[in-house]
Amino acid sequence: MSLNAFITETTIQGAADGPLDGTTVAVKDNISTKGVPTTCGSKMLADYEPPYNATVVEDLLAAGGTIVGKTNMDEFGMGTTTETSYFGPTKNPVDETRVPGGSSGGSAAAVANGDADLALGSDTGGSVRAPAAYCGVVGLKPTYGLVSRYGLVAYANSLEQIGPIAPTVEGAAELLDVIAGPDEHDGTTRDAGADADYASAATGDVDGLTIGVPQELTDGADDRVVERFEAALADLRAEGATTVDVALPSCEYAVAAYYVIAMSEASSNLARFDGVRYGTGGGFDGNWNETFADARADGFGDEVTRRILLGTYALSAGYHDKYYKQAQEARAWVKQDFDETFADVDVVASPTMPVLPPKLGESLDDPVQMYLADANTTPANLANLPAISVPAGDADGLPVGVQLVGPKFGEETIINAAAAVEQ
Amino acid sequence: MSAQAAERDLTAIIGLEVHVQLETDTKIFCGCSTDTDDADPNTHTCPVCLGLPGALPTLNEGAVEAAVKLGKAIDADIPERTRFHRKNYFYPDLPKGFQITQYDAPICQDGELEVGTADDRRAIGIERAHLEEDPGSLQHVGGSIEDADYTLVDYNRAGTPLMEIVTRPDFRAAEEVRSFLAKLTSVLEYLGVFDAERDGSLRVDANISMVDSAELAGEGGPSDDVLEAANRTEVKNISSHRAAQKALAYETTRQRNQLERGMAVAQETRHWDEARGVTVSMRSKEEEKDYRYFREADIPPLEVSDWKDEIPIPELPDARRERFRTEYGVGDETASKLTSRKAVADLFEELADEYDAALAATWVADNVLGELNYRDLSLDDVADRDDEFERLVELVAEDEITAKNAEEVVLRTMLDEDRAPDEIVDAEGLGKTSGDAVADAVAEAIAENPDAVADYHDGEGDALNFLVGQVMAKTGGSADPGQVNELLRDELAQA
Repeated sequence: MSLNAFITETTIQGAADGPLDGTTVAVKDNISTKGVPTTCGSKMLADYEPPYNATVVEDLLAAGGTIVGKTNMDEFGMGTTTETSYFGPTKNPVDETRVPGGSSGGSAAAVANGDADLALGSDTGGSVRAPAAYCGVVGLKPTYGLVSRYGLVAYANSLEQIGPIAPTVEGAAELLDVIAGPDEHDGTTRDAGADADYASAATGDVDGLTIGVPQELTDGADDRVVERFEAALADLRAEGATTVDVALPSCEYAVAAYYVIAMSEASSNLARFDGVRYGTGGGFDGNWNETFADARADGFGDEVTRRILLGTYALSAGYHDKYYKQAQEARAWVKQDFDETFADVDVVASPTMPVLPPKLGESLDDPVQMYLADANTTPANLANLPAISVPAGDADGLPVGVQLVGPKFGEETIINAAAAVEQ
Repeated sequence: MSAQAAERDLTAIIGLEVHVQLETDTKIFCGCSTDTDDADPNTHTCPVCLGLPGALPTLNEGAVEAAVKLGKAIDADIPERTRFHRKNYFYPDLPKGFQITQYDAPICQDGELEVGTADDRRAIGIERAHLEEDPGSLQHVGGSIEDADYTLVDYNRAGTPLMEIVTRPDFRAAEEVRSFLAKLTSVLEYLGVFDAERDGSLRVDANISMVDSAELAGEGGPSDDVLEAANRTEVKNISSHRAAQKALAYETTRQRNQLERGMAVAQETRHWDEARGVTVSMRSKEEEKDYRYFREADIPPLEVSDWKDEIPIPELPDARRERFRTEYGVGDETASKLTSRKAVADLFEELADEYDAALAATWVADNVLGELNYRDLSLDDVADRDDEFERLVELVAEDEITAKNAEEVVLRTMLDEDRAPDEIVDAEGLGKTSGDAVADAVAEAIAENPDAVADYHDGEGDALNFLVGQVMAKTGGSADPGQVNELLRDELAQA
């Protein structure tokens, strides 16, 4: 039985040689591929074929990689389970009755199932790390500005980055080497980190490394998850690392701040889907506004509609200060908390997800419960920091992921620490 | 309030929002060319200016430089850091469903521009000027926007850099608005960031309120309370200096009549109908729009202070006017005329340096501009004929034709029949010394060609043709061959 990991299976051949020669790569379906459908998991873009390649796709192909398909995802990245896709849910290859996590669930499932050697996902609030944790693979969200977003269909553009998913830390680092670096098409990319050799950083030598453990991010997690997490920390200590308790009080507000900001930005980013230039049209009845409304009502699913409406509300006159502005203040506080913490520690560790992968269908009826599962992943997006999820064994036969967050452009540090967890 | 008409001493308070297209090679957020005048629809587009999913804006530094130049020219504060916001609304010409603009940190704040008014020069305050992107353009087929069969969208214009310039409510009359717009476009043109000839390069919205003149007594203009109390009307769809004057003169009169008849002026948005010469109330009263402004995260904040000092600005109209007065001894009014358009000033200065400044001033400011104006043309319309105007002034300066003939015959024929000055002088026989010139050429030809003269006297017919050819060559082909023939025979008979 198929996992439904791909929306489009195809072969896009890369250059004759390069570091990814002979490597197959699955690409999340919100990353533009020239002439190949890029649906974002939405009816709105079911027939949309971009006339251009995302910068990361150009990078992949130039490095000799072969793209084998476009992977399933929560519609426009809005979900933590890959169940909001117009093309149906993806199943977790470890247990097909469970979700693979999301929103890059198709990419993580494809790698875990061996359908692709590597994959690209995008991470707005945990969308690379959550499915990596649930599927038992490695997923890395880079520092904001390390990887070009040109061609990534925006959900929340101040928060998201494209990131690699791989069976191993070294594999993820190799893919990061290919896609990292400044891009003239993305004004938010930076030179920092472009010349690093991420693959060589995956040594697992953690002797002398200081790991901060915030109580806030383990409180309330499933006991079986916490047990695996504690075991991983013990292994790291055995390798010479030191673990210390740190406080990140702002993280209590991270999920709320994240959702207000992400939904606000989404309400604007998704405004272009009005049926005029591409996507489903609204027909020719009524005035422009009615036609736009028809196109949008027809093309967007429930979760996307919910987030656009809430985001529009949060930015509206009279509510902007109460929601959007407050969320920005919380975001600044989260950044400050991490800045202060990284004065004392090299990485911050926590479980990636507070729970084990839910059953298919379990989360859809209770969006707030689904949002709360992002408690540990959203802080890194709010603070623009790099974060990696690495497998830390199983609990009841289901994978558990450990998340390591580093300082800005500290990818080499978290890759190294993750390699130690992996061993 | 009585419905009886009663004359009241009212003054118009007018403020403007002016949109000007900045002349840059490429669009503000992508590499597409802005030279779209004769292009087919939607041929100057790319993923960025079409707002395709995943495309990102990257800021064109040329547009920022143009904005900084304007800021310096109007003596504005240019903050160290400037940034962009999104203005969210739906419209078919708006590819992304939001316009990238500036909101809380515009690139220019608190500037001013001095304009000539009826009796003096006055500074008009400029509250702010900010950068933004132009949307595309709509073409309604089969009717107006209200009843068209369908509407076509052209995104060639989408992403053209715009500067929105917001003045303080410092205007008191429609003529002042016209002067301001002329001055503003003049300054922009001197800065090399504006093409007045481009369709849609200038768009004006005006706010107008009528207040009791007594409220304006004293220094410092009307108080906020007075402005608040006066119902403000917004007039849209003004696209030229002339239209601005006409629309505001109309609107001032309309509101004055309304008030003098004891009726209130509605707070509303009105549309200038250029063809009918009236303002009309926009049919549907627009509710207060909520644009949900928020930071554009795709464009990092811009540190303008790093390079604003390195952006030079050229001599501007006011400075050039003063220089013309002192350097060339030109009168005040003429100096203003000569400097309002850069092309005019350039032509004058070239002529004044070559010939006589007073002569150049009369010719450019009075004769050339006068005749162009009479024909409803500007110097831009004859931009490729500078050499011909120069030649015409040379002919006068060298005393080859009379000033009267030069103006009344040559200049007018040049403009009406599109012919070169020398051609007209010859055809009309205006050359003061043309007869002498041919006679000189005849004498020279005879002196230089003794063999041919001998052959002529020996009865060889070809010799005369050869000599005629020599004379024609010497006169640049401007002599009449029959006359040359006759002169040669006469001269040779005497030789």
